[in-house]
Amino acid sequence: MSVLVIADHNNAELKPVTLNTLQAARSIGEEIDVLVAGHECSEVGDSVVKLGVAHKILIAESPSFEHAIAEDIAALVATLAASYQFILTAHTTTGKNFLPRVAALLDVQMISDITEIVAPDTFKRPVYAGNGIATVKSNDATKVISVRGTAFDPITTGSVSTTIETLPDSTFPEPSPTKYLKDELAQSERPELNNAKVVVSGGRGLGSGESFALLEELADALGAAVGASRAAVDAGYVPNDMQVGQTGKIVAPELYIAVGISGAIQHLAGMKDSKVIVAINNDPDAPIFQLADYGLVADLFEVVPEFIRKLKEHA
Amino acid sequence: MKILCAIKRVVDANVNVVVKSDGSGIELTNVKMSVNPFCEIGVEQAIQLKEAGIADEIVAVSVGSAKTQEQIRVCLALGADRGIIVDAPDDLEPLVIAKILKAVYLQEQPQLVIFGKQSIDGDNSQTGQMFAALTNLPQATFASDLKIENNLATVVREVDGGLQTLQVPLPMVLTTDLRLNVPRFASLKNIMMSKRKQIDTISSDDLGVSLERHTETLRVERPPTRTAGIIVDSVDELVSKLRSEAKVLS
Repeated sequence: MSVLVIADHNNAELKPVTLNTLQAARSIGEEIDVLVAGHECSEVGDSVVKLGVAHKILIAESPSFEHAIAEDIAALVATLAASYQFILTAHTTTGKNFLPRVAALLDVQMISDITEIVAPDTFKRPVYAGNGIATVKSNDATKVISVRGTAFDPITTGSVSTTIETLPDSTFPEPSPTKYLKDELAQSERPELNNAKVVVSGGRGLGSGESFALLEELADALGAAVGASRAAVDAGYVPNDMQVGQTGKIVAPELYIAVGISGAIQHLAGMKDSKVIVAINNDPDAPIFQLADYGLVADLFEVVPEFIRKLKEHA
Repeated sequence: MKILCAIKRVVDANVNVVVKSDGSGIELTNVKMSVNPFCEIGVEQAIQLKEAGIADEIVAVSVGSAKTQEQIRVCLALGADRGIIVDAPDDLEPLVIAKILKAVYLQEQPQLVIFGKQSIDGDNSQTGQMFAALTNLPQATFASDLKIENNLATVVREVDGGLQTLQVPLPMVLTTDLRLNVPRFASLKNIMMSKRKQIDTISSDDLGVSLERHTETLRVERPPTRTAGIIVDSVDELVSKLRSEAKVLS
């Protein structure tokens, strides 16, 4: 079973979610190749070599791959596909953008956001905001799959010796007419929401964007990332890249602290696989308490400062 | 400029979805159906472009059974000019839908094709991107802002770390994210007027697209449920439980 994993990276660093994708790949087949497509991204290639899990790394370096424009990455992957039975990447905004294009070019029905590999052709994936878990069998000769990172442990370092193959730019597809203008990425010292061990999220109960400063303080006391419910995003308190839920990010940290979040189904879809869930809400009937391991019915503006104080006292 | 808005009929976002006990799927009998929320954002965007004088015709298209009329009617009441239904089974795969919509695209020749970024039933996020590949069009997915000038679209996209801005020449494919706009409600007058708007039905058989499935859904199960834990009385108790019982705090 030959598997191609397309690395998620920013040209400087391999995104940790690639390690989860590699774990999924290894449970399908031993022979894993990794494609690193980008621009001046040799360090990313080096870090894949150090993992010792890939048989071969394919490096495709071109300015047209720098920003992972879907048209360009998909066309490149399609030219490589014939050698593989499985093509995997992470179900991130990058993967979701280009992988369906790859599948269509190959006339394959992609399997999105898998959470379990039942057999090499059969996968589990959530539907209806995680209210159902579908078991789907693919009859396509090539399987094109995006992987939910939180459902697979990161791969551990192995001892496979990796060969590096630099793809000649004569094989690259014609660049698409889409032009990259800019990125506005949140600058934060906190861990990334997708991979954080602890996540503190706020909802409409916070009442304003300013109140999120309180959650940030709590997050810093815990070394946590800060998330938000869709209600808080819709109310304009925080930007959308903080949204946890069906249409936002899916997280599964060791500890998830929901503050002022009632627990709408679409939010629960994004966090219910967390190991330990704490809910702080002044409404004892809030649905979030039905799945929280520890609930505290209280005014968040009183108990969160106290929580921060207690954490700092102990530190 | 003509805009084609692809619409999906889905279980209403406020319905509590129930998995059938025999594992064959989701209970859809007597369940309220609606326009997929992201598709509705797409229709709103098209209307705003028409109001701004950039677009002159909005066509709403959906692939599915005759019941899809209800959702196309909603789009017409909101402000779409006419509707197309491609009569086909309701459970087609995204790849097949994309192929069918390609055939409609070739007939209609719109400059902009708008999809929702995902449907809230299948949660795949595939159809728009697949359609873009099949039609060899550039795409801007997960859009939260759109400006069109001189046949060039400037699109702000929601990406994992924040926002990305792309410039894409028309014709192109756009998929909508939540913050692109807030859809309006249809006025009574527009609901009445929409009854006079035209809906054409095309048979999928006439489009020369194979409806054959590439995948089989073997079963749909309920997710493992979490049970409620305990209510603590104080921050002290919470901290102590997290330390000694859950062992998630040092």
